[in-house]
Amino acid sequence: MSGFSVTEPSKRQKWFAGLLVITYAVVTLLPLLWIIATGFKSPADSISYPPKVLFEPTLEGYVNLFSTRTRITPSMRETLVEPTTWYEQIARDSGTVIAGPSRYGQRFLNSVIIGFGSTFLSIFFGTLAAYAFSRFKVPIKEDLLFFILSTRMMPPIAVAIPIFLMFRQLGLNDTQLGMILLYTAVNLSLSVWLLKGFIDEIPLEYEEAALIDGYTRFQAFYKVVLPQAATGIASTAIFCLIFAWNEYAFAVLLTSGTAQTAPPFIPTIIGIGGQDWPAVAAGATIFLIPVMIFTILLRKHLLSGITFGAVRK
Amino acid sequence: MAQIIIKNLRKDFGDFTAVKESSFTIENGEFFMLLGPSGCGKTTTLRMIAGLELPTSGEVYIDGEEVSQKRASERDIAFVFQMFALYPHLNVRQNISYPLKSQRMPKREIKAKVDEVAGILGIEDILNKPVGGLSGGDRQRVALGRAIVREPKAFMMDEPLGALDAEFREHMTEELRALHDRMGATTVYVTHDQLEAMQMGDKIVVMNHGSVEQFGVPQEIYDWPATLFVADFIGSPSMNLLRFNGSIATGDTMVSLDGQDLEIPEQLQAASGDLVFGVRPEHVSMNDNSAYRGEVTATEYLGTTRIITIDTPNGVLKARVPASQVFTVGETHGLEFNPRTISIFDETSGTALLSKANKGVLDHG
Repeated sequence: MSGFSVTEPSKRQKWFAGLLVITYAVVTLLPLLWIIATGFKSPADSISYPPKVLFEPTLEGYVNLFSTRTRITPSMRETLVEPTTWYEQIARDSGTVIAGPSRYGQRFLNSVIIGFGSTFLSIFFGTLAAYAFSRFKVPIKEDLLFFILSTRMMPPIAVAIPIFLMFRQLGLNDTQLGMILLYTAVNLSLSVWLLKGFIDEIPLEYEEAALIDGYTRFQAFYKVVLPQAATGIASTAIFCLIFAWNEYAFAVLLTSGTAQTAPPFIPTIIGIGGQDWPAVAAGATIFLIPVMIFTILLRKHLLSGITFGAVRK
Repeated sequence: MAQIIIKNLRKDFGDFTAVKESSFTIENGEFFMLLGPSGCGKTTTLRMIAGLELPTSGEVYIDGEEVSQKRASERDIAFVFQMFALYPHLNVRQNISYPLKSQRMPKREIKAKVDEVAGILGIEDILNKPVGGLSGGDRQRVALGRAIVREPKAFMMDEPLGALDAEFREHMTEELRALHDRMGATTVYVTHDQLEAMQMGDKIVVMNHGSVEQFGVPQEIYDWPATLFVADFIGSPSMNLLRFNGSIATGDTMVSLDGQDLEIPEQLQAASGDLVFGVRPEHVSMNDNSAYRGEVTATEYLGTTRIITIDTPNGVLKARVPASQVFTVGETHGLEFNPRTISIFDETSGTALLSKANKGVLDHG
């Protein structure tokens, strides 16, 4: 083929598009790369001016993140036995000894339990509700849908105090269950609306075929509708998880100890033994990983989910 | 295999009545056509028989059992959808075996059944393909396979050929009819295509605005339409309807159009006022001895026949004549109508007047 085509972009257009995408990627990824790099810097390098792009990597930030340490004087150091592990060595090199593990691991686990737990519940209830809204005659359907959406219209901080008081009454303050329920409630509006859109797109005929083929309504729902809504469920799950994972305002107000998630915990690292930016950066880096894996696993669905319904099949 | 009886079946959607008190009987093994323009209630009727829609009132009997309020899954019928509704996440074999799985049939038996059905339909080679990439015809066959594999009491088909292109439609029409003859199962088939209905159907119900207009075998409906709607809807070109003002008494064998007496079958019903003289195009011939005349305004050559459009004192008329007869636009000719084939309609009520010729057909419908 030679010459000019109406639909096929020209070489120059392709180059331009590529350049645009790369520029955008650099702009959005640069802070991320900086955080990851800072996690491997020494405290001195992390605050040096001008900023250091090339530096000698160290795991000090990660050791500091996962441990609590005590500062020792050089004279004390003489009296101690040589460190036996690489992380003790790193701590010793910066003039400290490890006193015990930090609470980061436990906070991170809280994030995982609360994030994935609330995502599961949001999707579970959201799918059922969306299916009902999509298929059945529900009295005052439009009003209900608007009501569900309206819960998203105010900032979380506006309802934080009432929720705090309710949780205190119910004994849900600073519990994983409380946070799961709260994030599920917040995410449900999103999941019901998104999933209703996806389910609306699935022709009714498939379920009718299943009903005729001898299946019950519920069987038709989970054997025929659910597989076809997989794309929508995957993309909705990603949105729900990202919200629950990154949520800060509720977490900082309603959790302080046992159920505290990573976002309110990470800034508290700053206060321990001076401004330990590498430890903060290390905490943020590790915090990114689960969502990243989750998104990559569901990436294929996410892409087709975004374009879903754009083209009439 | 079953007889299906529809009794006073009615469906309202809010204020809108989709089906008005319909009654008809589908005999065991019949290929039964529900024919009508879109929005006439034919699909709603089919869906009520299948159990996808619950009737507002009335009864549906399948094999002697009243099922109108039962679930679709309890009626033991199969349904072929217009867009086929093949499960997109399953391959061809899984699609066909799906109804058997719900019956908890052993795997080996399912496999044997599916293989047998695939053999009947000639789709053995695509059994392991996903349904997404199939051609329209193959989708159609898979949908049929899914329907016949469980040997249901009856088949419901909702315009199953509607999604196919014209050439392939012709072929599938024959295939469907052959399949029906082989299986001998009661089939209810919805279509808006009168030609399809005549080609395949043992019996036809013509519906319009939610009511049954006529019910009978294709030839009876074609020859002796019960209403003006049926006369106009069936046939291509449709029946010529010449409007005139006059009166008919019981026993009349003549009617006067534009001052000319024309012979008609002996009338058994008196009427007067706005009447309609109905004659099929193939029963109009050119005879210059006739005093009833018209001017040729167009001719269409169709190979074996010619359609001549003629302006008459009572309106435009089409005649189907042998291709060997040549007429020129602008000529005026005498017209003759085969007297044994004429239907007279009362325009106000829209129904055919009873005559000795159509009595046998209209009495039972």
